[in-house]
Amino acid sequence: MAQSKMTQSKTLDPNLRKTLYDKVWDSHLVGTRADGESLLYIDLQLLHEVTSPQAFGGLKVAGRPLWRVMSNLATPDHNVPTDRRELGFAGITDPVAYEQVITLDQNCKSFGVEQFEILDRRQGIVHVVGPEQGATMPGMTIVCGDSHTSTHGAFAALAQGIGTSEVEHVMATQCLLQKKARNFAINTTGKLADGVFSKDLILAIIAKLGTAGATGHTLEYRGAAVQALSMEARMTLCNMAIEAGARAGMVAVDDRTLEYVHGRPFAPKGQQWDEAETYWRMLVSDNNAKFDQWIDIDAGQIEPYVTWGTSPELGIPVTAAVPDPAKESDPQKAESIRLALKYMGLAANQPITDIRLDRVFIGSCTNARIEDLRAVAKVVKGRKKANTIKQVLVVPGSGLVKEQAEREGLAKIFVDAGFEWRAAGCSMCLAMNPDKLGPGEHCASTSNRNFESRQGFGGRTHLVSPATAAAAAIAGHFVDVRTWL
Amino acid sequence: MRVFSNVTGLVVPLDRANVDTDQIIPKQYLKSIHRTGFGDNLFDGWRYLDEGAPGMTPNERTINHEFVLNLPRYQGARVLLARDNFGCGSSREHAVWALMEFGFDVVIAPSFADIFYGNCFKNGLVPVTLPKATVDRLFELATGPQNLVVTVDLPTQTVSADSGLVTHFDFDPQRKEKILKGLDDIGLTLAVRERIEAFEAQHYAKMPWLPGARTSIREVR
Ligand code: SF4
Repeated sequence: MAQSKMTQSKTLDPNLRKTLYDKVWDSHLVGTRADGESLLYIDLQLLHEVTSPQAFGGLKVAGRPLWRVMSNLATPDHNVPTDRRELGFAGITDPVAYEQVITLDQNCKSFGVEQFEILDRRQGIVHVVGPEQGATMPGMTIVCGDSHTSTHGAFAALAQGIGTSEVEHVMATQCLLQKKARNFAINTTGKLADGVFSKDLILAIIAKLGTAGATGHTLEYRGAAVQALSMEARMTLCNMAIEAGARAGMVAVDDRTLEYVHGRPFAPKGQQWDEAETYWRMLVSDNNAKFDQWIDIDAGQIEPYVTWGTSPELGIPVTAAVPDPAKESDPQKAESIRLALKYMGLAANQPITDIRLDRVFIGSCTNARIEDLRAVAKVVKGRKKANTIKQVLVVPGSGLVKEQAEREGLAKIFVDAGFEWRAAGCSMCLAMNPDKLGPGEHCASTSNRNFESRQGFGGRTHLVSPATAAAAAIAGHFVDVRTWL
Repeated sequence: MRVFSNVTGLVVPLDRANVDTDQIIPKQYLKSIHRTGFGDNLFDGWRYLDEGAPGMTPNERTINHEFVLNLPRYQGARVLLARDNFGCGSSREHAVWALMEFGFDVVIAPSFADIFYGNCFKNGLVPVTLPKATVDRLFELATGPQNLVVTVDLPTQTVSADSGLVTHFDFDPQRKEKILKGLDDIGLTLAVRERIEAFEAQHYAKMPWLPGARTSIREVR
């Protein structure tokens, strides 16, 4: 009794104001196990073919059922081919990839999990599909065996990437074992200039924090510049939280959040919507909430960004030049610049706009939503891809995005420009399917990782916004897209 | 999960910061539906000069003789010495499986990326975090004229070397216990099944719109 009283007075203490993350965490805390580990209840687990087979396999071996079948939603995305989709499974030429996609299908059928299978028009990248279906809702806890699960944090959800053993643990218990992270506020002021997008903002943030700068923290993106962003642009911000080392990134609920969710297939309707809305409106950090770390970013100062190296933190404004290791005083940093320049085939002090591209990839869970495609079309309309560019791949994030882009005439603009218009999937973001870079090729990519060989063996990735990628496809090299508007 | 208490083994120094899981095990090997078969492809892009594909054996590949793991003096290493932010990037647990299958029991670094760090404990790979200065010293020793052999002892949380160097490391007590006993996390959680069920009852009463509150898959086409 005494104990429950204590908890009571705690929540009434005006000095204990909560962050958004604290609120979602607290409302999902089941309790502590005998060994002291916290159990966090998980509302939704998204599944795809790459990180789920070993987890389903573990359940089968132990004879364990799914704890709550309805809390799982699956779609194949990493391995699916993006051309000749009408062939379905038969279109997957790689036998190992085929087995993996088939295994997901079989597991979903035998465990009763809802799946948007390869021929379903709702199939797509898990992190595009969840919000699109309204399966991602404010205040939820969401996990997926994929580090870009942080995307869903745009809806004030606590969404995190987990490993395969954790996937199996959530399947079997609906809980995740976790220690609470610390709170990190990314506070934005000002407004992004024309031609500058949330992708540029997040690349600038990562360049500032470094790839480990937010390790052990949950980010909250806040302030005027974030409030001014669309839900899709917020998803781009949250998507790359992991690239700064944070497992999750979040944005508070506002009118835009609710407008986006309203009317989607999984969203509540009627009176249940009203109840949900009342609850969701509280999903903001309290005024006096305490953040362990806080940085201020003036969004008005952000320029279009381009990464020049082999880590997402190695981004600079398009107007800048590649760094010179000779000017770096820390020998370890100088060495890593040298390694990155060597791999990327770039010279110190080379202007970014001098970098010639071989291929352009527009897609991924970072930037393959309808607004991204509209931004591309705006730049490309009436223009043609440079002759020196071997291929421009445009891969929508889901089957529904694809349909919409076709209805809006965007697809035609792409095809007229000489771009290839494909079916939904991860594609050249990680090149598990046949879409990949050749050795030494430079690619302007709207994805999230520029690690060595990520987009194909020996490939060289430059991370950029969709508009910058589009302009590069036309010019054959990087250009400041602001000068094209 | 594997039980681990201590190991005495050769240290191989991997002198790069921010080693990401794409480097630890490249994506083409993630197509496997099994938990094993990744050891030959650990650090594939650095160990080999050619592009590998699933199913190829090391004999069919072009070895990069300059890469530290391939140097004769480091063969049989059981302790990987690494730099800051080891294991960043993708959540793939295959990275941990590949390190263990290759023969590593311990990774020592000044810092680890979160998801990778958690994945280690699910399998019994021991991530040891040591201060940067100590790691620098170990790098000096491991690249020096003599091979560096250390004993990593989990019960006492120490790393000791022949040279007399002994250093203590911090380790979460619960995670330590689990690794020492090789406990199954799922079993431990299912032991508090009633707590989860009680939580669910109030949770779904409060938020009946959650996907888990549905009783069947809706057709929303
Ligand atoms: S699009 Fe890329 S980052 Fe996103 S889920 Fe697919 S592979 Fe991962």
